[in-house]
Amino acid sequence: MEQLQTLNGVPLKKQIARALFKQKVRALLLIAPLLIFILITFVIPIADMLMRSIDNSIVSQTLPQTTTSLESWDPKTAQLPDEATYTALYNDLKQAVEQKNHTKLGTRLNYENSGMSSLFRKVGKDVSKMKEGVSYKEQFLAADKAWGDLNTWNLFKLYSPKYTDGYFLAALDMKKTPDGIQRLPESERIYLNLFARTIFMSLLITALCLVLGYPIAWLLANLPMRTSNLLMILVLLPFWTSLLVRTSAWKVLLQQQGVINDILVWLGVISHSGRLELINNQLGTLIAMTHILLPFMILPLYSVMRTIPPSYLRAAKSLGATDWTAFWRVYFPQTVAGIGAGAILTFILAIGYYITPELVGGTQGTFISNRIAYHISSSLNWGMAAALGTILLTLVLVLYWVYDKIVGIDKVKLG
Amino acid sequence: MNLPIYASTGQKAWYYSFRIICGLIFFFLIAPILIIIPLSFNATDFFTFTPEMLKLQPEGYSLKHYQDFFTNSDWQNAIRNSLKIAPVATLIAVVLGTIAAIGLSQSHVPFRRAIMATLISPMIVPLIISATGMYFFYARLGNYMVDSLGMNANLVEYIKIVLAHAALGIPFVIITVTATLVGFDRSLTRAAASMGSGPVRTFFKVQMPLIIPGVISGSLFAFITSFDEVVVVMFVGSAKNKTLPWQMFTGLREQISPTILAVATILVVLSVMLLVTLELLRRRSERLRGMSPG
Repeated sequence: MEQLQTLNGVPLKKQIARALFKQKVRALLLIAPLLIFILITFVIPIADMLMRSIDNSIVSQTLPQTTTSLESWDPKTAQLPDEATYTALYNDLKQAVEQKNHTKLGTRLNYENSGMSSLFRKVGKDVSKMKEGVSYKEQFLAADKAWGDLNTWNLFKLYSPKYTDGYFLAALDMKKTPDGIQRLPESERIYLNLFARTIFMSLLITALCLVLGYPIAWLLANLPMRTSNLLMILVLLPFWTSLLVRTSAWKVLLQQQGVINDILVWLGVISHSGRLELINNQLGTLIAMTHILLPFMILPLYSVMRTIPPSYLRAAKSLGATDWTAFWRVYFPQTVAGIGAGAILTFILAIGYYITPELVGGTQGTFISNRIAYHISSSLNWGMAAALGTILLTLVLVLYWVYDKIVGIDKVKLG
Repeated sequence: MNLPIYASTGQKAWYYSFRIICGLIFFFLIAPILIIIPLSFNATDFFTFTPEMLKLQPEGYSLKHYQDFFTNSDWQNAIRNSLKIAPVATLIAVVLGTIAAIGLSQSHVPFRRAIMATLISPMIVPLIISATGMYFFYARLGNYMVDSLGMNANLVEYIKIVLAHAALGIPFVIITVTATLVGFDRSLTRAAASMGSGPVRTFFKVQMPLIIPGVISGSLFAFITSFDEVVVVMFVGSAKNKTLPWQMFTGLREQISPTILAVATILVVLSVMLLVTLELLRRRSERLRGMSPG
């Protein structure tokens, strides 16, 4: 069989493949600078943070001999480790004290067992006083009885591996013990509640946005172009206005001495002494965030509704459907795609919000993001912040994937 | 959309109540933004309308909060920092973003979906997570630049924030520019090439003028993202680099001062201007597309 050939005698298939390859390479070369930029400035930093959530090298780095020595120790014997382990501990601590690393380790272990921080701060002085030639075990036991406590040694052994799931367990209100993983007592559980609250409030905000956004999107899609373009400004102006401007507006409006309370007092709905607490609680977060995220619901809904021909509704009605049946059976099913797009987008944005809950949420209206920020800037428990961040990120990425499947990430429209 | 003449009473009632409901929702959307404008001219330090203001007496109004904004060194520093950071971050985002968007809109791009998802991710990942990641990584990067490369510490701080903000602005550029490229007629570049124009010349003379509305609206988005961003800058930057939103955030969290309302009003005026620019661009782009064949 004769093969098709181009003018210069190369088989056509080969030539096409070559051209295609060239095209691909050119496209990739154009994309490469940005991709590398995003990888370095964005993806790698986040991956680096995720590693922090399991990183536990501080224990084995600060106490290298002790952790090796503890490998052969079995906590089930309920016996304290032998003299060799205490000697290893002495050598490790002596070096750590010289490099002033021992307090850092104390802070790290304090996340797992409170009391470790002070024990390690104290041990700096104890170690310098210890004499060579005498049993280190006895000297340690004499210095602080915590060194003779099995729990201390259990802790060392549990946290001697280079990687730990300890932060993740703590983020799920659980704890490692020698007998396996256990849930924390009821009174110490905070994170699961916080996750539940974040998800619940985000769902509520999404639902509120849908309820408020659906009629607006319908109106905008069905009015004549001129009027709808004009009304669209009312949606786009908040969308374009600085987030902090909108948050400060709500902060001013919702205060006890603010405009809304003033109007209610003036109308006689509430008495002067009975001014409502609208801010620094969950209600404040709910109101402000619904307002801020509403345009993100309206715009996708609008772009779907605009493509639905109005004749469908008329056809349904001419066949005898009532207004409600026509809407519910004919119009609504066609808007489901828009609802999905808007709802996922709103929910993704809501669940990771930080600024607005921080400013109007008080203590009860804050989200998991606020806790992450707290761990980074105040408690300095970075592993915990990373673990909470990883869980939040996983949640968001799953939703992002779903969004990509349903809507397609390249179909996102702005403005 | 208009009410037919044969509508029943119930239908009429629903028609009008639906309009009222929509009116109320529009009011909810726009009122909080508009109400801060008169409040910012308050002659007192309260955050509500004083009796004098309600009676429209001139004594009730003053420009003192604006005066404070323009004379207070904290605010002036903040706006200067913002204006130093945002344009450079925008420039990086737009140049890299536009080139990549052109690459992405070619007909055969391997792993297109995955690349797109990666490039858009800064918009989707919660800011606090981006901020956390950047906080750790950029601190090390900054130390390296100062210690090993011997760079000026202030400059390094600035570079860190600009890079972070450029990364956050990129998804917007990608989205808007790829959207304009969807309607781009490829035969135009082929025509240019057939007349002997090189790829660079074709790009600047043929492609660029046609996609410029998308590029400009993308850069507006990137600019506003940087100009409005507070979480990342708080983590990556230091107090010396306090930007306008950061200053507002501090003001709102600690002692809320009425100057914030003056700043807010100025920012609202800015966003109105942006909105008008975007609308004009959209019209121009629609006109251009209407003219191009196919």
